[in-house]
Amino acid sequence: MATVELRFSPLPEHVRTARLVAAAVARRAGVDEAVLDEVRLAVGEACTRAVALHSAQNLSSPVRVALVEDEKKFSIEVGDSGPPPQPAESLPTEQPASAPEEEGEGEMGLAVISGLVDDLEVGADDEGGLIRMSWPVIPDEEPV
Amino acid sequence: MDLSLSTRTVGDRTIVEVGGEIDVYTAPKLREQLVELVNDGSYHLVVDMEGVDFLDSTGLGVLVGGLKRVRAHEGSLRLVCNQERILKIFRITGLTKVFPIHGSVDEAVAATD
Repeated sequence: MATVELRFSPLPEHVRTARLVAAAVARRAGVDEAVLDEVRLAVGEACTRAVALHSAQNLSSPVRVALVEDEKKFSIEVGDSGPPPQPAESLPTEQPASAPEEEGEGEMGLAVISGLVDDLEVGADDEGGLIRMSWPVIPDEEPV
Repeated sequence: MDLSLSTRTVGDRTIVEVGGEIDVYTAPKLREQLVELVNDGSYHLVVDMEGVDFLDSTGLGVLVGGLKRVRAHEGSLRLVCNQERILKIFRITGLTKVFPIHGSVDEAVAATD
């Protein structure tokens, strides 16, 4: 079961809330302070992409965010209600050959996520597309 | 935290001072500001991002859009940024090759290349 789950209407104003919650839970889980900015940015990009996808397809269903704390890693899943992403989309080139178009931000969002997150999986679940990402946590020091 | 915008003129340059968070919700305000400046004939823009706490790909898209607009008038769009966490986003997207990024507004205003 997820440590914290969040569902929000697919509107741009709620993406910030998802970023703040994710960063707060990640901090508690023991994700390195230096990495929290990356967590914040990656979850924001994933949520922004989901909101854009729902908007483009007139879907009113919520964007799903699951924050899962494990012993060794902290995982975030961001789910939409759209079709599963195409394999080509899940492997954006590291550096775009030309400047991205102003309107084509979805791809740049994925490019940012893949640049930030080492453990990234772009797939699907029963409800739609799903982006899974995880970061290592610093284990509590145990007494010898 | 919302987005704050203010503009001032130094010579032929227009400085756009941005503060707060540039994301999917606030980026349209920045886009409107840049479009308005270009429509009013300001083609040499310096976007001061020292007060920006957060920038995502939507914000990058708006900056790229601004660059395209000023270039259509043979203008320029320079950024001022010293914050590592913001610079990192420009690096991983390859946009450090697209935008001149300066350490201070004075340096950006003086730049001519």
